[in-house]
Amino acid sequence: MIGSFFRVAWHVMRKDLTVEVRSKEVLLTTLFFAVSVVLVFSFAIVREGRAPDDVAAGILWVAVSFSGTLAMGRTFERERYNDTLRALLLAPADRPAIYTGKLLGLLVLLALVEIVLVPLVGLLFNAPILAYPGRLATLLALGTLGFAAVGTLFAAMLVRVRSRDTLLPVLLYPITIPVMIAGVRGTAALFQATPDLAMAQFWIGLLVFWDAIFITLALWTFEPVMTE
Amino acid sequence: MKTLNPLLIGLSAVMLGVAPWIINAAPYESTMGLVQKIFYFHFPSAILFLVAALICGVASAIFLFGKKASADGWAIAAAELGLVFGSLTLVTGPLWARKAWGVWWVWDPRLTSSLLLWMIFSAYLLLRKYGGPGSDKLGAGMALFGMANVPFIYVSVNVWRTLHPQTSVVPTLPTDMGIPLWFCFAAFAMLFVALLNLRARLEHQRARVEALYLAEDEA
Repeated sequence: MIGSFFRVAWHVMRKDLTVEVRSKEVLLTTLFFAVSVVLVFSFAIVREGRAPDDVAAGILWVAVSFSGTLAMGRTFERERYNDTLRALLLAPADRPAIYTGKLLGLLVLLALVEIVLVPLVGLLFNAPILAYPGRLATLLALGTLGFAAVGTLFAAMLVRVRSRDTLLPVLLYPITIPVMIAGVRGTAALFQATPDLAMAQFWIGLLVFWDAIFITLALWTFEPVMTE
Repeated sequence: MKTLNPLLIGLSAVMLGVAPWIINAAPYESTMGLVQKIFYFHFPSAILFLVAALICGVASAIFLFGKKASADGWAIAAAELGLVFGSLTLVTGPLWARKAWGVWWVWDPRLTSSLLLWMIFSAYLLLRKYGGPGSDKLGAGMALFGMANVPFIYVSVNVWRTLHPQTSVVPTLPTDMGIPLWFCFAAFAMLFVALLNLRARLEHQRARVEALYLAEDEA
């Protein structure tokens, strides 16, 4: 039972990534958009050639969430455009497994984006990204997971709805703000002049809590909302 | 139900009409003075704001998992009232804060999460208005996530500094402040129940008309 769940999830993820490797559409556009967001912020806040302290964490997370929204919208848009969503849902597989596969595919893409994004923010805003790489990676992984867990569900639900492109961010941001707050505060605790490890640890704990809630709710609601 | 609504509305209208005199008669709070009296409206709307979130979330869960179509009407009614009472809370709060704390707004956990909840209600209603067909299930999913956000208020209180008075203040109020408070609360609550009833009934009737149209088309 568990084996077949993960096998379906694995196949859905591999399918998404195979399509992506061939076209590279979502990866390249998302990456470019994330870099543009960072640059827009640089132009907005840099004064006399220097960025104010303590902004790196916020910029990093805004870039992650903005570009993440773009990627989420695209992964299901592709299914809708090719009219394959129905086939995917008709497949004799658990709906939650399909959701999990979609989520994993999105996480791989976002991880690739973050691999470029984090050094860029570190470089442009003087953030000590190598001071605590393990904790920073944990924060990013957990934050992205929580954000993408809700995003994948909402993007899937929105496929059949009018004005889906505008509604995805409208629905997603208010719901995922707790994850954003935890991510930004935790990262800021690591980036400040004297890093506050206890604080970072606290926010990591809170992120685990939120991820558990969001993933449970998403697995639970995916089945009824995707049933016509 | 039908006779209950006019009764509740009439009663709350009378009580809200009398409320200014009762609030006027209540004693002045020693440090904040006159401005503290906004509390008699702020507290009831804030509580009903949370109640609306709870009703919307529970009704959505029943709609989604219990497959009860009528629950959706309650969810949408609760969401609209949540927006109304949330707006009241978010307007009266800063008015009070400006006098008591010297600023309109602080990024205190309770204020932040109230704003967040208000945003979630707005997003939900935007979805219901512009989502078109199929948005009812989506909205229900969204409402469930929204309800999960409510405890965030209490999780983060200990980490952020807080200016907002604790909820434990209310039971310890002196009687001459407590009576006007619960008087206002009763008036607000009756208005809330009546509006919730009316709005849900409107939604149920709208759904029925739609079903009848569809039946007509098929016939």
